[in-house]
Amino acid sequence: MSLTLEPNPQQIKDEKLYSSMGLTDEEFGKVESILGRLPNWAETGLFSVMWSEHCSYKNSKPVLSRFPTKGDHVLQGPGEGAGIVDIGDNQAVVFKIESHNHPSAIEPYQGAATGVGGIIRDVFSMGARPVAILNSLRFGELETSRVKYLFEEVVAGIAGYGNCIGIPTVGGEIGFDPSYDGNPLVNAMCVGLIDHQDIQKGQAKGVGNTVMYVGAKTGRDGIHGATFASEELSESSEEKRPAVQVGDPFMEKLLLEACLELIHNDALVGIQDMGAAGLTSSSAEMASKSGSGMEMNLDLIPQRETGMTPYEMMLSESQERMLIVVEKGREKEIEDLFSKYGLEAASVGVVTDDKMLRLLHKGEVAAEVPVDALAEDAPVYHKPSAEPDYYREFQAMEAEVPAVTDFKETLVNLLKQPTVASKEWVYDQYDYQVRTNTVVAPGSDAAVIRLRGTNKALAMTTDCNARYIYLDPKTGGKIAVAEAARNIVASGARPLAITDGLNYGSPENPGVFWQLEQSADGISEACLALQSPVIGGNVSLYNETNGTAIYPTPIIGMVGLIEDVNHITTQSAKQAGDLVYVMGDAANEFGGSELQKMMNGGEIFGKSPAIDLSVEKNRQDALLKAIQSGLVQSAHDISEGGFAVALVEKLFGTGLGASVSLDGEATAALFAETQSRFVVTVKEENKAAFEAAVTDAKQIGHVTADAEVSILINGEEVVQAPVSELEDAWKGAIPCLLNSEA
Amino acid sequence: MKFAVIVFPGSNCDVDMYHAVKDELGEQVDLVWHDADNLDQYDGILLPGGFSYGDYLRSGAIAHMSSVMAAVKRAAEAGKPVLGVCNGFQILLESGLLPGAMLRNKNLKFICRTVELSVENNDTMFTSLYEKGEKISIPVAHGEGNYYCDDATLAKLKENNQIAFTYASDVNGSLSDIAGITNERGNVLGMMPHPERAVDDLLGSADGLKLFQSIVKHWRDSHVVNA
Repeated sequence: MSLTLEPNPQQIKDEKLYSSMGLTDEEFGKVESILGRLPNWAETGLFSVMWSEHCSYKNSKPVLSRFPTKGDHVLQGPGEGAGIVDIGDNQAVVFKIESHNHPSAIEPYQGAATGVGGIIRDVFSMGARPVAILNSLRFGELETSRVKYLFEEVVAGIAGYGNCIGIPTVGGEIGFDPSYDGNPLVNAMCVGLIDHQDIQKGQAKGVGNTVMYVGAKTGRDGIHGATFASEELSESSEEKRPAVQVGDPFMEKLLLEACLELIHNDALVGIQDMGAAGLTSSSAEMASKSGSGMEMNLDLIPQRETGMTPYEMMLSESQERMLIVVEKGREKEIEDLFSKYGLEAASVGVVTDDKMLRLLHKGEVAAEVPVDALAEDAPVYHKPSAEPDYYREFQAMEAEVPAVTDFKETLVNLLKQPTVASKEWVYDQYDYQVRTNTVVAPGSDAAVIRLRGTNKALAMTTDCNARYIYLDPKTGGKIAVAEAARNIVASGARPLAITDGLNYGSPENPGVFWQLEQSADGISEACLALQSPVIGGNVSLYNETNGTAIYPTPIIGMVGLIEDVNHITTQSAKQAGDLVYVMGDAANEFGGSELQKMMNGGEIFGKSPAIDLSVEKNRQDALLKAIQSGLVQSAHDISEGGFAVALVEKLFGTGLGASVSLDGEATAALFAETQSRFVVTVKEENKAAFEAAVTDAKQIGHVTADAEVSILINGEEVVQAPVSELEDAWKGAIPCLLNSEA
Repeated sequence: MKFAVIVFPGSNCDVDMYHAVKDELGEQVDLVWHDADNLDQYDGILLPGGFSYGDYLRSGAIAHMSSVMAAVKRAAEAGKPVLGVCNGFQILLESGLLPGAMLRNKNLKFICRTVELSVENNDTMFTSLYEKGEKISIPVAHGEGNYYCDDATLAKLKENNQIAFTYASDVNGSLSDIAGITNERGNVLGMMPHPERAVDDLLGSADGLKLFQSIVKHWRDSHVVNA
């Protein structure tokens, strides 16, 4: 690679070589006018990667600006490595979600592993101690050997990285749908804790200060990863395998501990992760944010391979690296600190005042470009948007109740759908207990970790029902946020804020861009209604395989605060004799439901369930208040599969049963996915107090000691089964699908 | 009583062990970096779990060459309690303080869950506060915890009552369901399950606390006698 001679500036222009890096003719013209000359090969690389969608958000910026990002307790909104929210007592929680979809489609183990590594670095580059990891995954149906391979390797990659670095993987969600067949989604979220005075920024202030490079050496892996992430997957994507990075969680563990020691050294001025676009983005962004410039001597960059060119070094996405700026003259202290962890800290440059990024290599200036041009002046596109035909057709459809004859068999089959089925096969492989703070492990509505030394805890979840969003992006966007908040509230927490992982098809397609706009509007409305602002996130576009887009999948990562560990509530029923309540009535809403998909060979159609955000807010507030008053034994939101699935999930693993009686249309009562509903259990002695606190809760039965479930509709028993039979179906489904022949 | 928690590059249960001793057991404890060469001031040595040196080469293989391990060996020879958990157990095996070796889990996957253990021998300085045959809930989290040794070693482990804990049902394929063993003298215990993760009911189990309390009781008893 390094032996090939780089094309000269004129060749780059005449032969349009920039287009292979993802730059358009117009963009290349803009580069030429910014520089007042033709860019050389390295400079063309710098612009192409910084102006990629992945780094510049050039297509999504106009949409992202719609999100509500302010709140009294928000200490850091979008723009830094991760967002920060105050949680009192001088503490704050830091979190962000990020996608690693394209790498995972090509090399699933390393793609997923480095996705985890990258988001952890975003959090500790803020100065925070990472305390939990979550994820949100989407795959095609578990029917082909390719999808099974992707699923198993992604899970192994997440486990391999998270377990080794010693941060618990406490929760997440996984969905299966044909639309993700060739383009799985791998979104990783990291949550960290910080004391207010330790908050760091990615800044390069103080002319003459020293720029240092810390962590792993630079190799040729991941060159142009960000550009690769900004185009559709196709038959030829396999050739992009060298654009996938390789992770070393041991190296990152050392880097993590060293950086968390570093933030207490007052020689540190700024720190930023070398993530997407590696050295280029970290140097340009740190300088641009501080109104300064930076000069680096690339000969001093620690290199893993010989003969690397400036282009290769600047565009490498080798993992486990950080760029820091320290006070001039104090480099030795920093070197000593890192050497304790066996790490190199190399002085590679200085902060300048000329707002230029100047790169020296073998005694020559290899590149010289304005930092703002790279970091701030990327073009912004207002893509055309058009309501797609399918949406109009779906909206015109009459609500239809699927024809179910055997309710128990249908329930068993729903429990076997991989989206609904137990994910124990997955989380058994994640160390969710390390750091010994995990109070609620994977498998309940939200994960909960206690804050050691306080009486508080954090609840966290990732959620997104992309089927609703496909059917109706605006309503579906609202539902995604509302469902995340429901999970947080059911755990006994007050929602604080969200991070969003926006995964869509190509923005060049007006229908896809319309999905993005509409769902962003829905998310924004729900964030305002539920008082949970957006503090950061990630955009992943071009999730298409050979021209077919995924369902629009904006994943909501939400964190909530539990003020007293005594409020921590799980979904599981607690004791026989407790009363079972349902909050909210079912309607004939099956569009995008698990039942509709199951009964129509994977197809979904019609309207998504409706949502009224004021009803949602009132119910969440009432339930949270009842939990905080000690009136609630268990709470579970009703989501995929409807009431019947939610009820039996409450019984799994408890040895208990339930006997309930409902009225109305049986299929809807059991399986409709009407929103804003919970199933709650309450001690008999708290009946009056609970009913006074939650006025629209309806008592429907009680928890029994016999480990049988019995559901009556209009007085007729429609489901009767031992819980063990249902639990076996639910638990066995994913292992069974993985073991069966493709 | 004063404990040392040894920290290798890549240890990640060191802080959990530290808090278990300090907050739940209420004894003194220091985190001791792997380059230390003297542990004389400590009464008990704890080797925590994690991925020392990234598990590169073989779990525990690089850590056992650290300078601190010579000091750990001297502490063991002096009869001080030495507890290795998970990766700490693997390091004890590599360093020859305990017999046998670890294979990858039978299902070839990392396993994290709370499992039931049987206390096989309660006549040790680590288990005296348990009943013999007592069933306790302790989490496991490992990829290579499938204990293996040759027939002669197994016979010797049984004959000398060196099997401290077994899994109540098979977890990872370990020979004779072995979860933890001691040396012949009984002052070095290696176990794959994590007692330091089971010291607080809020997190699901406090069954591991008695293990740490047994160590302290033994130390107090022997020091009262000597005084």
